[in-house]
Amino acid sequence: MSVLPPDLDEAGFATFLEQLRGAVGADWVWSGEADMFPYRDSFSPVWNTGEERHASAAVAPADVEQVSEIVRIARRHRVPLFPISTGKNFGYGGPSPNVNGSVVLDLKRMNRVIEINEARAYALVEPGVSYFDLYREIQERGLKLMVDCPDPGWGSPIGNSLERGVGYTMPHFRDHFGAHCGMEVVLPDGEVMRTGMGALPGSDTWQEYPYGFGPDPAGLFAQGPFGVVTKMGFRLLPLPEYYRSGMISVPRRADFAKLVDHVNYLSDSGLIGEVEFGSPLSALMGDPQFLALATKTGGPSNAEMDAAAEAAGLHSWHVELQIFGPEATTLANWNYASDRILSDIPGAIAIAGDHFPLPATDDQLDNQTQPYRSSIKRRRSLGVPSLGAWKIVRDDGHVGFFPVLPRTAEAVFEMQRVLGDAMKEFPTLPPFFNALTMPLFWHTHTFQMVFAPSIKHDDPAHNAITHAAMKKCVAVAAQHGWGDYRAAPIYQDDVSDTYGFNNHILRRFHEQLKDAIDPDGIIAPGRGGVWPRRFRS
Amino acid sequence: MRYLALACAAAVAALALNAAQAQGETAPRTAPRTGQTAPELQRGKAVFAHWCAPCHATGAGLAGTMSLEAKYDGSVPAALEDRTDLQPAVIGYFVRTGVAWMPPFRPTEISDDDLAALSAYLSAPLADRGAHAPLLADEMVRARGSEQ
Repeated sequence: MSVLPPDLDEAGFATFLEQLRGAVGADWVWSGEADMFPYRDSFSPVWNTGEERHASAAVAPADVEQVSEIVRIARRHRVPLFPISTGKNFGYGGPSPNVNGSVVLDLKRMNRVIEINEARAYALVEPGVSYFDLYREIQERGLKLMVDCPDPGWGSPIGNSLERGVGYTMPHFRDHFGAHCGMEVVLPDGEVMRTGMGALPGSDTWQEYPYGFGPDPAGLFAQGPFGVVTKMGFRLLPLPEYYRSGMISVPRRADFAKLVDHVNYLSDSGLIGEVEFGSPLSALMGDPQFLALATKTGGPSNAEMDAAAEAAGLHSWHVELQIFGPEATTLANWNYASDRILSDIPGAIAIAGDHFPLPATDDQLDNQTQPYRSSIKRRRSLGVPSLGAWKIVRDDGHVGFFPVLPRTAEAVFEMQRVLGDAMKEFPTLPPFFNALTMPLFWHTHTFQMVFAPSIKHDDPAHNAITHAAMKKCVAVAAQHGWGDYRAAPIYQDDVSDTYGFNNHILRRFHEQLKDAIDPDGIIAPGRGGVWPRRFRS
Repeated sequence: MRYLALACAAAVAALALNAAQAQGETAPRTAPRTGQTAPELQRGKAVFAHWCAPCHATGAGLAGTMSLEAKYDGSVPAALEDRTDLQPAVIGYFVRTGVAWMPPFRPTEISDDDLAALSAYLSAPLADRGAHAPLLADEMVRARGSEQ
């Protein structure tokens, strides 16, 4: 489907494209249905419907000067640009824009690892650098640094952090935007700005002190439509000397409250890395009787779940711990963690897991030798990017809703009940929310849960169900104070609507900023639910 | 009340995203191939290693290899590097349009020249392809060698 930019006719579009070709070369501008196919969101639940968002063209600059020139050309023609870095934001819109007819600003060619400083533990990269690329650079140079990577690893540190993506190592590195330090941005008028210490000529601390002086606008460029990020610094974790794992299980459903509190303490104290919560009772979900109990309207009682666990001879919950550091301290941390939990929760059991020096061997990365059934994806836990987790994808893709909730068992159980009941309206979807749904401890100080219904390119009826369920999930969650952390363009307005304190003052503030610096909406209008005046009507 | 610990594949699959995947999913491993890659195929092999191997290598638990094993049920090799029936036009089609949850790849990722080299590699005689392309992490582990 070929589309034109907003308010531009065929002749104007042709002139615009010709100017883009003049800026970057004819080989780096694409338009037309066939060439634009790879810029569609192949995980879209509105695939081939009128709601799908299509770009009109794509342009791929080689450097920041070309980015500035493209922005100036777009400003002259009032054409919205939609920047992507590696374009792998699947589940959240992929490379597709908010506004039909936008031109994708494909930054993949800007793929330089500009600097890696081992002693000071940081990297400075361009948008086209993937996690694979950064990992390879570190390994080939033999640097003792660890990258906190998401799964899958084909995305970029810049794109993922600007989406506020997450990882799997130590708490302050898992928050990828939180772990950034300094950025370079092309503003909607083509000017190049640097944040933090990057604004001070001659500074050598751009990747070490993020704030500089005065207001720090860095947050505006994460999930926001205020500029094109062309460089970004990241704090890296010094490669830990040793890795240790272990599992602790607790017998009763109510024990989850204490287990969560202990894990919070251990994490907040810097004693453990990412944890994986789970339930041994998941093995019972194939039994229709147990499945009915776990998905019961209003949720099962603790007594019902405890009876089921006792009959099966299983514990109710477990948590897998991962510990990084010198060998002696990892052992001390494990002993402390297990003693702390076992002395407080009657019947709790601790099983020591694999432990080894880093970097890991092939076999250790494959995680096949744990003395218990493990859910840990070892590669991502050790900062080794892969596409191994891609096998969780069902059908032709999925969309994701990941509500943020407090790190308490009470909140977990409430979300299980509330969203489990709400999603019964969609019985053909898997029961994502049930009495065993586990929180994900990705971000540093919050839990999230996952709702990720699939899409099928040849089944619009199924996609319509997924689409309706996504919207309902966002709305019902918000009624209980739970908001999404990240959304595809087709859901960004829905999510933005839920952050409505004081008559949506946060969005109105963003709109004022947008109107001031980009009234024509040249940079990603609508991203994050922020629309310039031109498009608000 | 007695519950049976059934490993019902459908239910487990349905809950895969909330309970975290259990490990142990394995695709059949192809026998390792040895030998040198023909010089004219080196570029295509490098393209495969960078862009395709993370999902389609011969190792266990890779989404693309597992998917093709399920799709063809062993009638053709699950690992793309072992296929002898792939024609350049077919390879180009799947790279640029994707299939199922494999997304299309843009020319900024795999250029037309790289795509031609990739197609040449995957359609060359097996003997000319040499050893299978390694996963990046495995390549790096081997490169470290005695550091372990």
